[in-house]
Amino acid sequence: MRRLQSLYPDKRGALLPVLHLAQDTFGYVSLEVEEYVASLFLLSPAHVHEVVTFYTLYFREPKGRHVVAVCHNLSCYLAGARPILAHIEARLGIEAGQTTDDGRITLQSVECLCACEAAPMMQVDDRYELDLTPDKVDHILEGLR
Amino acid sequence: MSEKILTRNFDRPDGHSLAVYRETGGYAALEKARAMEPAAIVDEIKKSNLRGLGGAGFPTGMKWSFIPKDHQGPVYLVINADEGEPGTFKDRYLLERDPHALIEGMIIAARAIRAALGFVYIRGEYVEPWRRFSAAVREAYDAGYLGTGFDIVVHRGAGAYICGEETGLISSLEGKKGWPKVKPPFPAIKGAFGAPTIVNNVETIACVPHIINRGAAWFASLGSKTQGGTRLYSVSGRVNRPGVYEESCSITLRELIERAGGVSGSGRLKGVVPGGSSAPILAAHEIDVVMDVDGLRNAGTMAGSAGVIVFDDTVSVPEALMVVARFYAHESCGQCTPCRESTGWIYKMCHRIVDGHGRKDDLDTILDVAKRGAGTTICAFYDGAVGPYISYIEKYRSEFEALCRS
Ligand SMILES: Cc1cc2nc3c(=O)[nH]c(=O)nc-3n(C[C@H](O)[C@H](O)[C@H](O)COP(=O)(O)O)c2cc1C
Ligand code: SF4
Ligand code: FES
Repeated sequence: MRRLQSLYPDKRGALLPVLHLAQDTFGYVSLEVEEYVASLFLLSPAHVHEVVTFYTLYFREPKGRHVVAVCHNLSCYLAGARPILAHIEARLGIEAGQTTDDGRITLQSVECLCACEAAPMMQVDDRYELDLTPDKVDHILEGLR
Repeated sequence: MSEKILTRNFDRPDGHSLAVYRETGGYAALEKARAMEPAAIVDEIKKSNLRGLGGAGFPTGMKWSFIPKDHQGPVYLVINADEGEPGTFKDRYLLERDPHALIEGMIIAARAIRAALGFVYIRGEYVEPWRRFSAAVREAYDAGYLGTGFDIVVHRGAGAYICGEETGLISSLEGKKGWPKVKPPFPAIKGAFGAPTIVNNVETIACVPHIINRGAAWFASLGSKTQGGTRLYSVSGRVNRPGVYEESCSITLRELIERAGGVSGSGRLKGVVPGGSSAPILAAHEIDVVMDVDGLRNAGTMAGSAGVIVFDDTVSVPEALMVVARFYAHESCGQCTPCRESTGWIYKMCHRIVDGHGRKDDLDTILDVAKRGAGTTICAFYDGAVGPYISYIEKYRSEFEALCRS
């Protein structure tokens, strides 16, 4: 943490990386986590809140054990992203933006992940899954425990 | 086909390693640059006609020369690896497959602008590219290329397209929400943490070692009259072989589509977005255009990030516009009223038209609203949204009208 802060001319530069760390540690960025992080940076919790809510990768509520983010932007749309998303929604019984009851998967529909050469595609946790077909998607979802 | 320069090691599984980079001439340019005065490096880049490859196409050498000569305090080099322009994916390839070209280019650029610290801002979703690039940075430290007068901090973003805009990126790097700032002052005068800062795209800086190695004249001769070099075209949509294509800046769009295997789907072309989703669309009869910054500007569109998205004639342009409009509505940072309001409203209108509830006059209202806000906002995001709104409707109006009730 201090090491991260020392990398920047002003330690506030480390706010995003520290929030990533906090999320990795606590699973999501709750108001308590925001307060804690604010204290590390001598910022007001409101300032940290403003930052957390600006970015899409910080979760403010508990998320599923896995996050499945299907790209719905132009090239993926042209390659059939809509039927892929519909297929996943049907399989999981949830809509984009929701988490399965067993807490296994949070499903999202997101903007271009810049792997349009392999559309339709999605991000599963840290990995990009490319050139999706319904079969391939089924296989990937089955692998998520 | 052009000589492979930026992509020469892309096909090798170990192409990202320091060993392969060195074996193929890597870090030789750095030695050469260390014997050059900073001003001579800037001059060489100017003569090479290298133009920014992140979106705006600004001449790189000229940008570097804007750092105040008499400045005493720190100067920063910031690399824009926040790749987010829909239809663009070439920086991901560079980060994963040739990270040392970026590192070497950064060390040389830093010498030219007298920066001792550089940041690489990588979009948060790019976890694998971040790991790959960070590993290469560690290799460069171990080999003594870094840590001896120049350091690199690898910074991860957190999901927000607007952080690709250079002043939004700087705000985000400073630990704030990624709100773009009013220019002037330009970053070269007052940028990251208040210091003079040069923001360059990944690919722009990856060109630098090659220019120093083989000379400005050679690089200039690869491209068009006003833009040197080859560049990486990201080709996607309805083509048979989507992917990254390294081609001369003087290639035509028609030739590029052929390189990518031609139009797929029906095989008949309807239109092409030539420079990422913010570039106005070109109709099928407009593809004999040269793909450099000026050629595309003269054709009423832009080279942008060189993300080429191809539509065959089965694509519904109104639906495509709805998809694009959703993106701009979602990504507007909300600071400027015209941008915040119009992007949201136009997305709703597109939805209504696609759902069959639109009217023909709505099209004129959309065009009018879009044009009114253009050029009045803090950053170029809104102009980028207006590009597709206007061009899709004006060039394919009958398709929109066919969906309207009255
Ligand atoms: C809305 C918006 C998004 C942008 N996104 C990117 C991006 O993802 N990557 C990038 O390099 N430049 C992006 N740019 C351009 C940058 O503002 C800036 O011009 C560029 O990084 C400068 O580097 P260059 O001169 O090497 O191209 C964007 C610009 C705007 C207005
Ligand atoms: S034009 Fe849009 S994205 Fe740019 S600063 Fe204004 S509101 Fe934000
Ligand atoms: S449109 Fe889906 S990755 Fe770019």
